Formats: sequence, C-alpha cells, structure tokens
Amino acid sequence: MANWVPLWLHRLGSPPVFYRFAGAVRPWALGLALALGAVALYAGLFVAPADYQQGDAYRIIFIHVPSAWMSLFIYGAMTLAAFVGLVWRIKIAEVVAMESAPVGAAFTFITLATGSLWGKPMWGTWWTWDARLTSELVLLFIYLGIVGLYHSFEDRRQGARAACFLVLVGAVNVPIVHFSVNWWNTLHQGSTVRLVGPSHIEASMLWPLLTMMAATKLYYIASLFARVRADLIASEGGKAWVRELLTREEGAA
Amino acid sequence: MNLAMGAYGFYVWTAVAVFLIVLLIDTLAPLARRRRNLRELRARIARQENRRRPGTPSSHESHP
Repeated sequence: MANWVPLWLHRLGSPPVFYRFAGAVRPWALGLALALGAVALYAGLFVAPADYQQGDAYRIIFIHVPSAWMSLFIYGAMTLAAFVGLVWRIKIAEVVAMESAPVGAAFTFITLATGSLWGKPMWGTWWTWDARLTSELVLLFIYLGIVGLYHSFEDRRQGARAACFLVLVGAVNVPIVHFSVNWWNTLHQGSTVRLVGPSHIEASMLWPLLTMMAATKLYYIASLFARVRADLIASEGGKAWVRELLTREEGAA
Repeated sequence: MNLAMGAYGFYVWTAVAVFLIVLLIDTLAPLARRRRNLRELRARIARQENRRRPGTPSSHESHP
C-alpha cells in the first residue's frame, strides 16, 4: 500500500484534525444530500409512473428502501469502526461507531414506520411477525441498546468500549435481516434491486431510487460528523485544543 | 400534480412526513448538543478559575 494512505488516516485519527475535517465536510455533504433528496423525492412522487398493481402506494418505496439500505449500511460502517476502535484503541473510531448508532436507529425507525404504512393498504395489516419485519425490529432494539449502553457509564471511554463490543455481537443480525426474504417464506417481498444480475424494476423508477440512496449516504456523513463534533467537545473537554476552540468561538460570537 | 396519490394519499404522505420529520430532528439534535456541550465546558472552566482565586465565593460547586 502506498505510504501516504496510512499517514492520511493516521492524521484523521487525531481528534482536533478530525473535528476540523468534519466541520469542513459536513455542510457540503448536507447540502448535496438535500439537493439529491429533493430531486429523488420529486421524481419518485410525481415523475415516475404508477405501479400497474399497487398504483401510487408503491411510491413509499422511494423512502422505505433507501432507509432500509441505510439501516444495514450504517450497521456495517459502525461494525468496522467498532472493530478498529477495539483492536487498535483508536479513540476516533470508537466515537464514530458510537455516534453512528443514533443515525442508524433513525433510519431503522423510518424503515419500520414507512413499511407499516405500506403494509396496511397492500397486505391489509400494519404489522405481522414476518422474518423480515421481526429481524428489522430486532435491529432497532440493538441500535437502541448500543446507544443506551454507551450512555450508562460514568466514564465515556469505558462506555464506548463496552458498547463497541455489543456492536460486534449484534452484527450477527445484519445478514439475518438481509437474507430473511430468501431463507424464510415471508410476506415481505424479495429484493427488487440487485447488485448482480438485472433488477426487477423499470429505469424510470430505478433512477430516483438510486438518487435517494446517494442522498441518504451523504446525509449519514453529515449527521455523523455533526454528532462526532458534539461528542468530541464533551469527551475531549479537558484538552488544550478544545479550550483553544472555546476562546476562538467566544471571539467570533 | 398527483397530490391525491390515487386512493393512497394518506399512506404516501404520512410516510414522506415521517421521513422528513425524523431526519429533521436527527439533524437539529447534534447541533443543539454541540452548543450545550460548549456552554457547559465554558461554565466548568469558569468554576475552576473561581476556585483558584482565593476569597471569591464559590457558589456553584454542587457538582464537580
């Protein structure tokens, strides 16, 4: 591997550097997420044609499916960060893992709520104990457990370590959520969009879906970075760089 | 514009509202938390400086 890659990563491992980097990236990620999200939502709600079976109810897909992808993607990113944090004792990695959990919980909640709103008109029920729905609900509880465990310790670092361990244990649920529609006979439909092979969806419906996927990814970066910044001020409060930041903010205010 | 969404207006628009409201809260919460953390840190530093100066009343020492 090229020498500059670990060096660059190593620099980002320093809290003040990451704080500044996150502050610089966040507004751009959020702005781009809002722009792409607005385009995707408009196209999904008004431009894309109605489904031949589900009519306009299927339009919930443009919110539900990208949110569901994010609920699993964020867990993957969080697992990677927790692993790095536990093995190499990199504080920033622990903070990234911990501050990913609330965003993941938000997307999981959106997935469950919009899925319920889609299920009622299509299946005739708000909820059923189907494998996909149940494993997604378990995912929400795992996210909430991670957030709760992190905040239940007096010492933040200790809380982060314990919760990072829970992240690794809870990762077993991610493939269960993903493959539940193949492993069990579920009311929930199978995958529409596939990474390998042709997707079962028209291009006019696919592009708003993929645009929303990009928007939610960027949104995750923006939300995560805002959270990491807030976390670092509290957890690094005693350090000189935060004190300097404080005097600078006072000067600006 | 197809605002009625066939017969499914309630379901589609509620889903959109849930999406936007949850993410709005998720965006605003960390910004408020960052400001609160800065304020608390400022207060902590002020207390520490009070303690260093003898003779000044240390009134707000309830939590260390």
